[in-house]
Amino acid sequence: MLKKYNINAQIIFLTVVLMIIPFFFENDFYYEIAILSMLNALIVIGLNLLMGYAGQVSLGHGAFAGLGAYISVVLSTTYGLNPLLSIFISVTIMALLSFLISKPILKLKGHYLAMATLGIGIIISIVLEVEEEFTGGSDGMSVDSFVVFGYEFSDSTAWYVLCAVLLVFTIWAFENLINSPFGRLLRSIHDSEKAANSVGIDVSYYKSIVFVISVVIATIAGSLYAFFSGFISPQEASFSHSIELVVMVVLGGLGRVYGALFGAVILTVLPQLLTSFEDYETLVFGCIIIAVMIFMPKGIASLFDNILKKKEQNSASS
Amino acid sequence: MIELFGYLLSGVTVGFIYTLVGLGFTVIYNSSGIINFSQGEFVMAGGMSTVFLIYAGLPLGVSFVLAIMITSMIGILLYKLISFSRDSSQISLIILTLGFAIFLRGLAQIIFDKQLHTMPSFVGEGAFEIFETTISYQAVLIIIVASTIVVSLYLFFQKTKTGQAMVAASNNVDAAKLMGINIKKILMLNFAISAVIASIGGILLTPITSTNYEVGIMLGLKGFCAAIIGGLGTPFGAVAGGLVLGILESLVAGYVSSEYKDAVAFVVLLAILFFMPGGIFGNLKSQRV
Repeated sequence: MLKKYNINAQIIFLTVVLMIIPFFFENDFYYEIAILSMLNALIVIGLNLLMGYAGQVSLGHGAFAGLGAYISVVLSTTYGLNPLLSIFISVTIMALLSFLISKPILKLKGHYLAMATLGIGIIISIVLEVEEEFTGGSDGMSVDSFVVFGYEFSDSTAWYVLCAVLLVFTIWAFENLINSPFGRLLRSIHDSEKAANSVGIDVSYYKSIVFVISVVIATIAGSLYAFFSGFISPQEASFSHSIELVVMVVLGGLGRVYGALFGAVILTVLPQLLTSFEDYETLVFGCIIIAVMIFMPKGIASLFDNILKKKEQNSASS
Repeated sequence: MIELFGYLLSGVTVGFIYTLVGLGFTVIYNSSGIINFSQGEFVMAGGMSTVFLIYAGLPLGVSFVLAIMITSMIGILLYKLISFSRDSSQISLIILTLGFAIFLRGLAQIIFDKQLHTMPSFVGEGAFEIFETTISYQAVLIIIVASTIVVSLYLFFQKTKTGQAMVAASNNVDAAKLMGINIKKILMLNFAISAVIASIGGILLTPITSTNYEVGIMLGLKGFCAAIIGGLGTPFGAVAGGLVLGILESLVAGYVSSEYKDAVAFVVLLAILFFMPGGIFGNLKSQRV
C-alpha cells in the first residue's frame, strides 16, 4: 500500500520529468506527439480505473471520447458557444448518458459486457458518420481555436503545459482515490462482486460511478484533442480507436496508474516510429501486441515489479 | 410483396454467410471459452488467398482447396500462440486475438494489396427466377453449401468419435483428459475447423460482394452478433442468429435507410443482451459462487 508521502514524491518526480522533457524537443512535431500521448494517457487512466480496478471491460471508450468531442465541437464551432462552456455541457450530457446506459450494460459480464460496449461504440460511430448535417460525415469538420478567458491556445507550448497540468492533477487525484476507502471498495468488487455484495456494498451503483468517471475523462480528453488538432472526424470514434485504448491499458498493466501512462505513451509514439516501416506498420503493430500478451500478459509495469522484487530479495539475503 | 420477397431472399443469402462466421466463433468458444476476434480475418484470408491463387493462374478447384488449407494453418497458428501465452485471463486472450487480427490484416496488405478484388462466380453469372424475383446461382450455391456445412458439422459432433471427443472436452476438460482424450489435439482441431468454416464463407461471399484486406472487421463482428443473438455456444443458435440478422439487415436497407444498415446487427445485439441475454436458443446457466 502506498503511503501519502510516497504519492507526493511520485507526483513531484512526474512534474519534474514533464518539465525537463520539452528541452529535448527539436520541433513542433515532438510537442504534438507529447500532447497526444498525454491526452491518450488521460483517457487510459480513466479506462484503467474501470477495467483494472472495477474489473469491467469496455470496448467502446474510443466512441465515448469521440461522441463527447463531437458534442463540444458542434456546440462551440457550429453554435458559437465558448469552448470551455461547450466542454462543460458535453461533459454533463455524456455523464448523464453514460449513467443511463451503465445500469443495463454493467449487469452483463465478461464477453457479453465487452460485446455490449463494442456494440454501443459502433452504433455511435455509424451515427456520427451518417448524420452529415451536424458532423460533416466521414470527411470530418474543422474546429475553431480554443479560447479561454480571452487567451487563445495557439502554440504547442501552451497546449503542452495545459495537458501536463491536467495529467499531473488527474494522476494525483487517482492515486488518492485508489488509496481511499472508495479504492478499496472497487478492488473488492474486482476480486469478487458477490462477496462485495454480501457485505452490503451496492455493487451496481459503484460500477456505474466508475463508468461515468471514465466516460467524463474520455470526453474531456477527446474534446481537448479536437480543439488542439483543429479537426475532428468519425475516425476518433471508430472501433479501432477503442481497441487501441484497451490495448494501452493492458499493455501498460491493468490496475496501475503508471502502467496506463506507459501504455499510452508507448502506443502513441510507436506508430510514429513505425511509419518508417511504411507497409509493414500494421504487421509490426500486430506482432508487438501478440508478443506482449504472450510474454508479459501483466503489462509493462509488471517488469518494474520484478526488478523491485529482486532488489528486496537481494537486500534480504545480504 | 415482390419487393419484400426479394429482400428476404438476399437477406437469407447474407444470413448464411453470417451463420458460417458465427459457427466459427461457436466452435472455438465451445471448446476453449475463447472469443476469437480474428474470426473475420479468417474469412478475409479465405477470400483473398483464393482470389490471388486464381490470379496466379491456378484452376478454381485447386485455389479453393489451397485457400482453405492456408486458412486452417492460420487457425492452428493462432492456437499455438494462445497456448504459448503465460496468462489465460479473458481480457489478455481477447487482446491476443485482436492483435492476431491486426497482424493478419497487416500481412494481407503486404502479401496481397489494399485494392478491392473480386472473382467470377464459379457457377456462372446466371440467375433463377422465382415469383418474379431473381436469385443468382451464386446465392443459391451459398445457401446449399452453408446448409450442408451446418448439417455435416452437426453429424460430425454427434456421430463421429472425434466429434464426440470434442463435445466431451468442451463439457468437462478434466473428465475428458481422464478418459484419455488428447485435449491439445482436440483444441487444435477445433481452431482448424473454425478457420475452415470461415474460409469457405469468405470464398462463397467474394463473387457477390468482392473482398479486400479490411473486409473481415465488419464480417467478424456481425458473425459474432449472430452467434450471441442465437445464443452463444449453441450451433443452431448461430444459424438462427445469422438468418435473423441477414433478413433484418436487408429489410432495414430496403425500407428504412441503407446508411444505417450496418447498425442493425448491433442494435439487435444490444436488445438481445439487455432483454434475453441467453439469446434465442441459449440457456444461461446460473452460476454458483
